[in-house]
Amino acid sequence: MAGTTLLDIKGVQTYYGNIRALNGVDVTVKQGEIVALIGANGAGKSTLMMTIFGAPRARAGTITFAGIDITQLPTHEIARMRIAQSPEGRRIFPRMTVMENLQMGASLDNLQHYDEDVEKVFTLFPRLKERIAQRGGTLSGGEQQMLSIGRALMARPKLLLLDEPSLGLAPLVVKQIFDAIRELNRTQGLTVFLVEQNAFGALKLATRGYVMVNGNVTMSGTGKELLADPDVRAAYLEGGHH
Amino acid sequence: MAVTASPERDIVATPMQRATREALYAGAIALGLFVLFIGLRTDQNISNELILVQRWLLLAVVVVLTMAGRFLYVAYGQPFLANQQIVDVATGLLPESVATRFFRLPYFIAAIATVAVLVFLAGSLDGLLGPGLAGYARFLRALAIIYALASVLFYFRTFIHAHFSALGITALALYPVIVVLVLALYGGSVAAGFQGSLKWVDNFGIQILIYVMLAWGLNIVVGLAGLLDLGYVAFYAVGAYAYALLGTQYGLSFWILLPAAGAMAAFWGVLLGFPVLRLRGDYLAIVTLAFGEIIRLVLINWREVTNGSAGISGIPKVTFFGLMTFNVSDPNYIAKVFDIATSSAYYKIFLYYLILGLCLLTAFVTIRLRRMPVGRAWEALREDEIACRSLGINTTTTKLTAFATGAMFGGFAGSFFAARQGFVSPESFIFLESAIILAIVVLGGMGSLVGIAVAAMVMIGGTEVLRELDFLKQVFGPDFTPELYRMLLFGMAMVIVMLWKPRGFVGSREPTAFLKESRAVSGSFTKEGHG
Repeated sequence: MAGTTLLDIKGVQTYYGNIRALNGVDVTVKQGEIVALIGANGAGKSTLMMTIFGAPRARAGTITFAGIDITQLPTHEIARMRIAQSPEGRRIFPRMTVMENLQMGASLDNLQHYDEDVEKVFTLFPRLKERIAQRGGTLSGGEQQMLSIGRALMARPKLLLLDEPSLGLAPLVVKQIFDAIRELNRTQGLTVFLVEQNAFGALKLATRGYVMVNGNVTMSGTGKELLADPDVRAAYLEGGHH
Repeated sequence: MAVTASPERDIVATPMQRATREALYAGAIALGLFVLFIGLRTDQNISNELILVQRWLLLAVVVVLTMAGRFLYVAYGQPFLANQQIVDVATGLLPESVATRFFRLPYFIAAIATVAVLVFLAGSLDGLLGPGLAGYARFLRALAIIYALASVLFYFRTFIHAHFSALGITALALYPVIVVLVLALYGGSVAAGFQGSLKWVDNFGIQILIYVMLAWGLNIVVGLAGLLDLGYVAFYAVGAYAYALLGTQYGLSFWILLPAAGAMAAFWGVLLGFPVLRLRGDYLAIVTLAFGEIIRLVLINWREVTNGSAGISGIPKVTFFGLMTFNVSDPNYIAKVFDIATSSAYYKIFLYYLILGLCLLTAFVTIRLRRMPVGRAWEALREDEIACRSLGINTTTTKLTAFATGAMFGGFAGSFFAARQGFVSPESFIFLESAIILAIVVLGGMGSLVGIAVAAMVMIGGTEVLRELDFLKQVFGPDFTPELYRMLLFGMAMVIVMLWKPRGFVGSREPTAFLKESRAVSGSFTKEGHG
C-alpha cells in the first residue's frame, strides 16, 4: 500500500468572508507517511486543516481522500471516512472524564473495538491510564494533548490530522508526544499529517514537509532537505533557537 | 530605621473596630440603594394627581437593620466561623460543628414535647390564647415539627446520603398513604383523612411533581445538550391543548392521548429545532423565548379552535385504565365499584401516582439515554460542538433529538396538567413558567436529576408553604398576602444557592464510562509507586 496517495489537496482556496486565507494550495499525503506543514502565525496552516474537515469549506479546488472527493461533504461525513483530528486547542470535553472522552472518540467505530483500542491508547500514553476517572478539564496541558490524540485514535483512523500538538507544552512533553507519533507511524503504519510552528521538531519527525507563507505553499521536500535548506533555516529555525 | 515597622502597622484592627467600620459602609450602601426604592413612594391623591410619599422612618429602619446585620456578622459571625476551623491544642479535635451543637437529644425531646402538647391542645388553642397568640402557637408547632424531622434526618445523614434515590422514591410512593393515615388519626375518621389529604396530595404532591417532570424534561435540552431553551413552556402548552382539544372534541381517552400529546410536542420540538440549529447560547435563548410567546399568542388569537383566552373547560378526567372512572355519575365510579364513601380525594391520589409514574419514566429514560450513544453525544455537544463534528457526530440530528425528547416530556406533563385541572387557558403558559422551570434546572445543578428534584421541592413547595403562613397577617396587617412574595423567595434562593454552590445543589456529574477491571488497574499502579 505504501506510496499510494491517501489525501490529495489540489488548488484549494478558502475565504473568511471576503478575505482569502488559502491561495490555491496543493498538498499530497501518501499512505504511511508523516507529512509536516510548517509556517509562521497566520500563514493559513490551521485553515488548511479545517478546510480538509469542511469548516470553512473550500471555495475552489478539490480535496480527495482515498480516491473519493470529500470537498463538499459535511464535517461529520468526512470524519466517518476515517479521518481523525486532534484539533487546534485540543478541544477535549472538559466536564467528561478521560474514559468518556475516549468513548466519544470511538463512537464512529460503534464501540466495536472499544476495549482493545482503549488498551492501545493507554500503552501509548500511560499517563492517561493514571488519570482515567479524572475530568478532562482538570488535566495538564500535555495530558490534554495526549487525550486529544488518544481520542482521535479511538476512531481507528486511516489518516490522523494533528494541529499544533506541541502548542504551549514543555519540551520534554513535546518530545513524548512526537515519540508517540513516530511510534504509531512505525508500528501501525498510521498516516499522519501535522501542522506545526515547532519547525525543527516537526521536520525531524516528518518524512516530507511543506512550508506555507501567506496562504501559499512555497516550498516542499523531505524533512531532511527542508531542515538543511538555508531559507527555511533562516525563517523558521535559527530564530527559534536563541 | 528601615527595619522597624511603624507602630500603627502592628496594631491589627480588632473585630469590633472592623465591624463598626464595615457596618458604616454597609449602612451607606444601603442608604444609597434604598433611598429611592423605600424612602420615596409615588401615590395618587384625592384629585388623582401623582404625589410623592416620603417614608423616611421605614428607610431608617432598613438602613439600621442592614448595619446591625453587618456588624453582628463581622463582630461575631466571622470570628465564630474562623474558630470552627481551628483545632483544639489539648484534644487535637476540631470544635463541634454547628449542626451537631444545633441537633442535640435534649432539644429533640423538648421539640417532641412541644408538638405533643400543642397537638393535644389544638382544638382549644383559640379559646386559651386568643386568635392572635394561637397563630403564633401554630407556627411554633410547625417549627417544632420541622426541627424534630430535621434532627431525625441529621442523625441518619450518612445512611440517607448513601441511599438517597431509593429512599426518595420510597418516600414519594408512600407519601399519600402517610398523609391519609396521619390525617385520619388526627381527624378521627377515614373520610376526614381522605378529605384533609386533598390539599397535601394535590397542592404539594402533584404540583411539585409536575414541576419535577417539566424540569427533568428541560434538563435534557439545557442540562445535557447545553441548548439554552427559554420557551420550554410552549411544549407544555402543546401537550395540554392536544389533550384538551382531542379529549373534548373526540372524546378520546387519556391513555391514547398521552402518547399522542407527547408525539405532537416532540414534532413541535423538531420544528423549533430546525431554524435554531446554527444558534447557540444567547441567540438560541432569544429565539426559543420568541417561540414560547408565539405559541401562547396563537392560543389566545386562534379563537375558532382554542376558544381564545377564555380557555377550554370540561376536559375529561383520566380513567383508571378504562376499568373505573372518577365521575360520580358513572356506573363504574370507583366508590361504587369498591362500595366505599364518595370522595374527590381518590382522583387526586390516583393523579399523584400517575404523575409520579411519569416522573420516574422521565428519570429512567434520561438515565438510560445518558449511557447510550445519543445521550453521550448530547453531553459532548454541550462541551464542544466543533470537536463533536470532527468525531463524526451529526450535530444536526443530535440537537433535534434533544429538542424532540425534551419536548416530548413537556407534552406528557402538559396533557397531565390538562387532565388534572379540567381546564386550560393560555394564562397557564406564560414566560414566567419557562423561567421558573429553567431556574429549577439551574438551581438543582444542570444535568443532575436528584439536584433538580430537590430544587423543585424547595422552590415549588416553598411557594406553596407561603400560602400557609397566615400568622404573618398578625405581624404585617390583614392586607398582607405572603403568596405575593414567592418571586422574592425565588430570587433570594437563587442568590443564596449561587453564592454557596455556584454549580447548583448537585454540581458534580456522574461519569457514564468506566474501565472494566478498574480495581486491578488502580492496584497495579499503586505498586508501581508513581510520583
